[in-house]
Amino acid sequence: MLELAEVDAGYGSFQALFSVSMSVKAGEAVAVIGSNGAGKTTLLRVISGLLPASAGTMTMQGVSLRTTPPHKVIETGIAHVPEGRRLFPRLSVESNLKIGAYIPPAREKFEERLGFVYGLFPRLCERRAQLAGTLSGGEQQMCAIARALMSGPKLVLLDEPSMGLAPVIVAQVFELVRRLRDEGYTVLIVEQNVRQVLKFADRAYLLEAGRIKTSGTSQQLAESDEIRRAYMGI
Amino acid sequence: MDCQLDIFFLEAVLNGLLLAGLFALLALGLNLIFGVIDVVWICYAELVMVGMYGIYAVDKLGVPFALAVLFGIALVALGGVLLHYLVIRPVLDSAPINQLLVTGGVLFVLQAAATMAFGIDFKNIGIRLGSVSVLDMSFSYARIVTFGVAIAAMLLLWVFLQRTYIGIAIRAIAQDRAIMPLMGVDQRRIYLVTSGIGGALAGLAAALMVLQFDIYPQIGLQFGPLIFMICVLGGLGNMIGGFVAAVIISEFIAVGGSCFATEWGYAIAFLFFMVVIFIRPQGLFGGKS
Amino acid sequence: MKHQVLKHQVLKHQVLKHQVLKGELLKRRWSAWLIGLALLILLPLGVRYGLPASEKYYLHILIQILLWAFIYTGWSLMGRFGLTSFGHGAFTGIGAYGVVLLWNYAGITPWIGIPVAVVVAVIVGLLVGYPCFRLRIVGHYFALLTLALTEFVRLCIVGLRDYTGGSLGTQPARYGDGISLYALQFEPDRVLAYYIALALWLVGLVIWWRVDRSMDRYALQAASQDEDAAASVGIDVTREKLKVTAISAAMCAVGGAIYAQYQMYIGPETVAGLAISLNIVFAVIAGGMGVMLGPTVGAVFTQVLSEGLRVTIQGSATLEKLFGTGALALDTMIYGLLLILFIIYMPKGILGTLMERREKKAHAPAGSPAQAVSR
Repeated sequence: MLELAEVDAGYGSFQALFSVSMSVKAGEAVAVIGSNGAGKTTLLRVISGLLPASAGTMTMQGVSLRTTPPHKVIETGIAHVPEGRRLFPRLSVESNLKIGAYIPPAREKFEERLGFVYGLFPRLCERRAQLAGTLSGGEQQMCAIARALMSGPKLVLLDEPSMGLAPVIVAQVFELVRRLRDEGYTVLIVEQNVRQVLKFADRAYLLEAGRIKTSGTSQQLAESDEIRRAYMGI
Repeated sequence: MDCQLDIFFLEAVLNGLLLAGLFALLALGLNLIFGVIDVVWICYAELVMVGMYGIYAVDKLGVPFALAVLFGIALVALGGVLLHYLVIRPVLDSAPINQLLVTGGVLFVLQAAATMAFGIDFKNIGIRLGSVSVLDMSFSYARIVTFGVAIAAMLLLWVFLQRTYIGIAIRAIAQDRAIMPLMGVDQRRIYLVTSGIGGALAGLAAALMVLQFDIYPQIGLQFGPLIFMICVLGGLGNMIGGFVAAVIISEFIAVGGSCFATEWGYAIAFLFFMVVIFIRPQGLFGGKS
Repeated sequence: MKHQVLKHQVLKHQVLKHQVLKGELLKRRWSAWLIGLALLILLPLGVRYGLPASEKYYLHILIQILLWAFIYTGWSLMGRFGLTSFGHGAFTGIGAYGVVLLWNYAGITPWIGIPVAVVVAVIVGLLVGYPCFRLRIVGHYFALLTLALTEFVRLCIVGLRDYTGGSLGTQPARYGDGISLYALQFEPDRVLAYYIALALWLVGLVIWWRVDRSMDRYALQAASQDEDAAASVGIDVTREKLKVTAISAAMCAVGGAIYAQYQMYIGPETVAGLAISLNIVFAVIAGGMGVMLGPTVGAVFTQVLSEGLRVTIQGSATLEKLFGTGALALDTMIYGLLLILFIIYMPKGILGTLMERREKKAHAPAGSPAQAVSR
């Protein structure tokens, strides 16, 4: 579904990604792990168009992402849940969801999807009129994911969903992500919490200093000594 | 100074309230633009002036007033879009002062254009709506109509911003610009739509003002600074704040104007404004400083 | 304490280094300055003999240029540090009306009137500046706040119409034949007026130069970029800003006063209000804000432009036919268009852009020391 080949990207004179190549097949859950500053968030921003790539090719189901303007990437079926949730704080939960359905094809299905999303996240339904800025961390993450789902995506990009959340909430969030998977969404997740994410993903890439260092099935990476030493504290 | 708490005082207070409707409408447009795009149109009052001249010209051609009003609104809405597209966009990422100056340039251009097209004489559309008397107080219908229309327009805008997709997008972009593309929202288009709405509001205000005031090219300088002041007082970008501020300032002007000479009402209003800003720099309801 | 002394020494070192860097530019070219000065001193004689028929007219233009250049230079003291005030019309207004009213109603000579007006302007500037700087009011808010100030002054002027003549303006009462040291009037003798204006302009440049060379300048530059960092180094940001505001207000007040004495007529629109403030800002931007002669170039540009336009338009029969009385507004229109074009394409102004190009050629790695509006 998603193919990246030899992608470079950076901020001004600072290059953050070097020749990154990866792929995500339909129905998969793929993780990108790595330490702070490795370029994980940059990678997602390049895919969703918030940051332009300077070299390489990116395609989503054959459609070239590099030639797609940033606000049209969502129409290729990619929904990006940004780092730090980034809800609109002074809009209600429901308004946040509504803006997720901004693109015309999503507007037609708005009521239907809203019902689906509230079914998936009943707590959001309870708080539908509440201002998004007043939600708890876990609820905000729920709302952010729900907002992404409102556009009816095929691929969901999740940027560090567990960041800044208490461990109990983190477990809930990963439970949610698992459910996404069960509902049939393809997921590309970027995480620092290596242990949790490898438990649920099929495959993973290790990103270090902007380069893909290793890749393989989750099991392979979880068993690798290198990973265990560097990222899991063993 | 003739200032007693008599019926004329009450009349002034109520007239101030009616005036507030117009100012609130004007402030609304400016606040919308600032809240969403983060620019101040120094030439906002001049856009209103253009609307007034447009309505006047079309009316002189024999077009019924209602149609002239629609024309005026459309004209200034287009003006707003052009202003953003041609003049604001190139300097959107520069220092705020550049945006102020560039719209300052437009101010001169519009004043000059109006002078060249219509001359410096005062023009009047000549529609007299008369007035109504309540308990020895007299209120002009024009003012009452203005107030009513202004309130209606504000409510309409509120509904638009709450219910429609574009309205929500406009509110959202003011809160978090960077992630808008992720929702499929084209930022540039939202800015143009907002500019158009800001212009339309100015056009509507022009229609209301044409019923009450003479038109001349410099008229923008009379109320422009006042509107900026009202917006800042209420908190730049805050539409409810703008309304409250409009009421406060209008009362100063109306009451001050009836007790002393007109200028003093304005002068006191400006002084009050400065004092409040010193106490609370972000304005009465302002969030960011 | 020792920490502060050390920082002071570091700043001083930077000053010297900076002066060495700038050595190639205008500042050290004493010969160029002297020649320029000599030319300026001889200029009226040149006008008298070269263009005898319109001597008064050309001298008038030159005087206007010099007076406004002085005012613009005063404004730029604040402007170059990011304190873009739209309210300096208030100070010129206070200067002009203060002097004229004191003379007309209290018979007080401008020699005393001007210092009084300056004191009032400085107090107003400090009163408004202090809360602004303490509360870190910048950008839009600062511009609009100062705009409110100049409007307030303008409204007071119009409101006091029994004394000021309201919107119609007023004149200082002529003393004798119009030339008097006591009354500081000199309008009929254009050559004398020219030298007065020239002296004033030179004083303005010296003030600019002194501020530029002083430690205050570096303090302000640091503050305009990062107030917290500057404050942590021990720079009293508010006090520095107030100092510069006081000087700026004083200069504009004096400028306004001398302008009144020369024009022998003032109106609320001609010396105060939004239009004047926009004029000041535009001229300085057009000329170049961070450079000593920038405001002067701006004055030359704007005065020549408006005169040129006025003459062309009034002389043009076709325009007269097309627009009638409205033709006079054409210069405002062109003025506005130029302002727009300048901001979009040449935000550093004429001189600023020229100097930037020269410096890029001179030293490739070093950055431009000239402060500018755009980032």
